[in-house]
Amino acid sequence: MCKRTWEGFVRCIMQPLVEVQNVTFGYGAVPVLEEISLHLHPGQFAAIVGPSGAGKTSLLKLLLGVLRAGQGSVRIGGRVLDGRPSSSVAYVPQIETVDWNFPVTAEQVVLMGRASRAGLWPWPSRAERRQAHALLDQLGIGEFGARHIRDLSGGQQQRVFLARALIAEPELLVLDEPTSGVDMRTAENILHLLADLNQRGMTILMTTHDLNAAAAHLPWVICLRNRVIAQGAPEAVFTPAILQRTYDGEFVVLREGGMLYVQQKPHGHAWRDVVADPVLGHVAPLESAGLMMEVQDDILARTVPV
Amino acid sequence: MSWNFYIGAGIWGFLTAVLINQTTRRTRIGADAAIGVITTASFAVGVVLISRYRRFTQSIDAALFGNILGVKQQDVLVVAGVTLLVGALIFFAYKQLLFTTFDSDVAQVYGVRTEWVDTLFALALAAALIASMQILGVTLIAAALVVPAITARLLTDSFHRMVAYSMAIGAFCGLVGMYLSYAFDAASGATIVLTQSALFCIALIISTLQKRAAQRLAHTHV
Repeated sequence: MCKRTWEGFVRCIMQPLVEVQNVTFGYGAVPVLEEISLHLHPGQFAAIVGPSGAGKTSLLKLLLGVLRAGQGSVRIGGRVLDGRPSSSVAYVPQIETVDWNFPVTAEQVVLMGRASRAGLWPWPSRAERRQAHALLDQLGIGEFGARHIRDLSGGQQQRVFLARALIAEPELLVLDEPTSGVDMRTAENILHLLADLNQRGMTILMTTHDLNAAAAHLPWVICLRNRVIAQGAPEAVFTPAILQRTYDGEFVVLREGGMLYVQQKPHGHAWRDVVADPVLGHVAPLESAGLMMEVQDDILARTVPV
Repeated sequence: MSWNFYIGAGIWGFLTAVLINQTTRRTRIGADAAIGVITTASFAVGVVLISRYRRFTQSIDAALFGNILGVKQQDVLVVAGVTLLVGALIFFAYKQLLFTTFDSDVAQVYGVRTEWVDTLFALALAAALIASMQILGVTLIAAALVVPAITARLLTDSFHRMVAYSMAIGAFCGLVGMYLSYAFDAASGATIVLTQSALFCIALIISTLQKRAAQRLAHTHV
């Protein structure tokens, strides 16, 4: 953490929390990540986007200390990760990977976040339980602590795992596709919650496949396809050229009313056939090659692919 | 059984458990397949040794099917010692065991030394198996280990309560099974496992009825 001296403050601002330098990593002979260099400063909120197999999860695992880089180095808070995880990083896995039949309540899951720091007794201390309840309350699921995790909704489950990460008091929060497997409204709520945490100083790195949500909520995105293709603000990074290099597909990017809207062109259709109205919602049905889409001509006339 | 048996079986059991654990971790083979291959191969080694040196026949019968009348003072001492050790392990490593069992990969990220936890668990499991071999026999031990836990699982959604319930169920069935074995002059291991199975059936009926009642209640509220 930043020391409350001028020197400490300057060092904190200058020194990145996450430093990935020229990292190359692969499973066997096939490299998954090549010459990756990244920096995340304290207080940043960033998303890694890229197609399946681009190396997003491998990069997260390198940052978590679960995998070891073949070449290059990964530092968290200035310390090189040498195959051991950093205590200043907490992780929220994809909820699809959770064993929902495991006999565990929401409160017990949250308290797992203290497993490595706990004392010798098998039960949590009063302070730990108070902290767990406070976090569940803070995340709006205070009344569900005694419930089995399977009996919660997707959004509530995601909040339980977020509370488990927060009870570990991390400096960096890493989330693997926190918006997958939940409905659109829940995904919005989760991203708002993360933005709130970031406002309070938490450094956050997540992966996502939802480019529009990333454009709407995240100030920094990293396009990854085995290499870092581009990184920066979504307005600068989400361009058809960069997205083409990242996903190997054609994209349309619309800007309207301060919003950014990304849509992949389906094969065999003109882009104007499939771009939905991002703002007005006043649309007329259009039938094109069997594809029912809604589009408004005046919007199309005003919006041009970036 | 003799101390030589406990030492030999202890080393073999621990190595087998570690081998299963490492095979699961380092290869693409799942735990169920690794257990199937390694325990069967281990059993086959035993059968080959028996067929080669036939003088073991009597003690092997006891090892396979259990023989309560053959329990000596040293066997009771071994059971007591193993109970204390396993109890201590569960007590002091409870949080790490819980997190590793729930999600080993994530537990590692949170600083839990999952390899150590797995190895200690393998050691405890091997010790528990060997200590109860004289009473239950190899063929029934798996059931005796698993049935109390799954019966408890049917009764609660909390891991803490599940641990407490499964210990209570195990102890209760051991006591009742032993008494029934004496009363009906039946094999002790088999009677204990049958008692556990009866309790499992009762728990299954209760949990199914509870689930149906809850579903009916949810429907009436809708």
